[in-house]
Amino acid sequence: MSTRATNILVPVISVILGLIVGAIIMLISGYNPIDGYAALWNGIFGDLYTIGETIRQITPYLLAGLAVAFAFRSGLFNIGVEGQLIVGWFAAAYVGVAVELPMIIHLPLAILAAAAAGALWGFVPGLLKAKFHVHEVIVTIMMNYIALHTTNALIKTVSGGGDRTESIFASASLRSEFLENLTEFSRLHYGIIIALVMVGVMWFILEKTTLGFELKAVGFNHNASQYAGMNVNKNIILAMVISGAFAGLGGAMEALGTFEYVSSKAGFTGIGFDGIAVALLGMNTPLGVIFGATLFGSLKYGALNMPNAAGIPLEIVEIVIAVIIFFVASGYIIRLFLLRAAKKKEAK
Amino acid sequence: MTKRKFGLGLSLMLAAGTMLAACGSDEDTSNGDTGSGDGGSSEETSDFSVAMVTDVGGVDDKSFNQSAWEGLQAFGEENGLEKGDGGFDYLQSASDADYNTNLNNLIRRDFDVVYGIGFLMEGAVKEIAEQQPDAQIAIIDAVVDAPNVASVLFKEQEGAFLAGVAAALMTETGKVGFVGGMEIPVIERFEAGFLAGVEAADPAVEVDVQYTGAFDKAELGKTTANRMYSAGADIVFHAAGGTGNGVFTEAKERKEADPDTNIWVIGVDADQYDEGQVGDANVTLTSVLKGVDQAVIDISNQAMEGNFPGGETLTYGLAEDGVGLADSRGAITEDVMAKIDEYKEKIASGEIVVPETLEN
Repeated sequence: MSTRATNILVPVISVILGLIVGAIIMLISGYNPIDGYAALWNGIFGDLYTIGETIRQITPYLLAGLAVAFAFRSGLFNIGVEGQLIVGWFAAAYVGVAVELPMIIHLPLAILAAAAAGALWGFVPGLLKAKFHVHEVIVTIMMNYIALHTTNALIKTVSGGGDRTESIFASASLRSEFLENLTEFSRLHYGIIIALVMVGVMWFILEKTTLGFELKAVGFNHNASQYAGMNVNKNIILAMVISGAFAGLGGAMEALGTFEYVSSKAGFTGIGFDGIAVALLGMNTPLGVIFGATLFGSLKYGALNMPNAAGIPLEIVEIVIAVIIFFVASGYIIRLFLLRAAKKKEAK
Repeated sequence: MTKRKFGLGLSLMLAAGTMLAACGSDEDTSNGDTGSGDGGSSEETSDFSVAMVTDVGGVDDKSFNQSAWEGLQAFGEENGLEKGDGGFDYLQSASDADYNTNLNNLIRRDFDVVYGIGFLMEGAVKEIAEQQPDAQIAIIDAVVDAPNVASVLFKEQEGAFLAGVAAALMTETGKVGFVGGMEIPVIERFEAGFLAGVEAADPAVEVDVQYTGAFDKAELGKTTANRMYSAGADIVFHAAGGTGNGVFTEAKERKEADPDTNIWVIGVDADQYDEGQVGDANVTLTSVLKGVDQAVIDISNQAMEGNFPGGETLTYGLAEDGVGLADSRGAITEDVMAKIDEYKEKIASGEIVVPETLEN
């Protein structure tokens, strides 16, 4: 079997296996899997509204996935995307509320503020890793909690004791009447364009610049990179800063597009953690992140329609979606299986 | 061995292929079904239908969402409706990003009145109300200024005041606790009322106020209650939705370990007597009732008669029987009950005005 055939077969088989096991779970719990999957399909592609909302859901996943993937390419495991996204969300919303400026200044300013906040949140673990060899996984996890509760406190201060900020001025909004009308009032916003541009930016940095080459080199083997005369510490910090900036932009998508405000949160949004899966599904490549984010965003959004149209409880739906993603992520097992089968055939 | 694996792989693939084929064709037919179903429900426009969107708590939170859902079910039963399109239904939100989608989905399914349950849904209701001017939306616990939105508020402070009186007069340690969910106006009304009630009945009683920051974290409620009981409080009032279930768990565990301990929980929103059952004993002193179910039924009835109170803000207090205390089933002594009734009348008649916010 040729490698190309394997490459196509593996994801297809894993999705099918996921769907089958998901169907079995629905059957066991007494729900009709065909209705369930029809509802899922309609929830993603049913009409212009759902398509618009699906794309909206994909947007922050794209940026969260990029953030994880970028750090990963430099050999760093950034679990702090969640926290970087939350501070980015707050920063963008704050700039959106605090000042009123012409759109051409206001919108970029809000977006940059989010990126800067995320970058700062990535800088701290990067610095600690580079200077003191503190493991970035621990630091980033803890930074998540700091981000969550700090922003909650800031929101309370900014809103004068409330639990959400005012809505941002229209001049900082990514929403567009054009896109809303096009998709029957979905919350689709221009953020998707920013996210796709960032996919290009990540590809450009990694593949076309010296910085990208060094980052990847550090990722492969930092001792060798050091020996080759690269500044490993600088590269570690830079990788975390850029990764954090991507994550911060993900927060800006929520602040300036989906919600147009920031409210205090009882827990994590989960987008940052899902970003880890998005990046790994996409094998940490920019293009792969697009596929990963599309799969995640579509399933997450489409799943909402399963209780709505098929009457399946949310809990069962979440298990089914998790099973599908589980099988997609276990593609390696299927690949191994196919390769063995092919070898056996050759041996004959 | 490898041969067998290969055979297994082949059959798996075959099976997968057939399943895929089956999926494809079945999906088509079920698409057709839902299509005709939609047509059916739009033909029967004479029938009245209602639906609600829960916040992240879900309809089994033993509190706020559940109360609203019970109201919808009661309304449906009264009018011979069935769960589903053209009758009554609910959608649960998995995160706050889902409020818009869920509200929109229900409106698109042609429900006559759609309820947004909870303060947290304010932004979403506002947005959807503008986009769907023909929809009739009601929001509980928040005010949305739109001609097609009915806002429902409760005077939680009045019910909580009575709970404060009960707690202050029933405590033996002179110390009581308050566990809040998130610090939002609704919960602060509970807190303000409770503090005012304790103050009015016995100023010497100390109140330990703690917020957990969440409505769906029972484990947080449990640790908070643990701290309070350990610090000497014997009555804890929770206004924390699902988080409050942890308060009950803690109290029940202590009661189970030592049946002679004298600790109590005051429930919230619905009568939480069943929550407090431990063996033959019960730790529920009483519950501050919030007539979400009654409000939902009221508005549904008005809308069915064509008088949907769009653009209005309806307030339910003690005088309207919108809030009150649940039957204590003997846990509260009669002389205290008499005191509570006294305060109740004074509040209903307007003689006592319970503060909505904390004065500081």
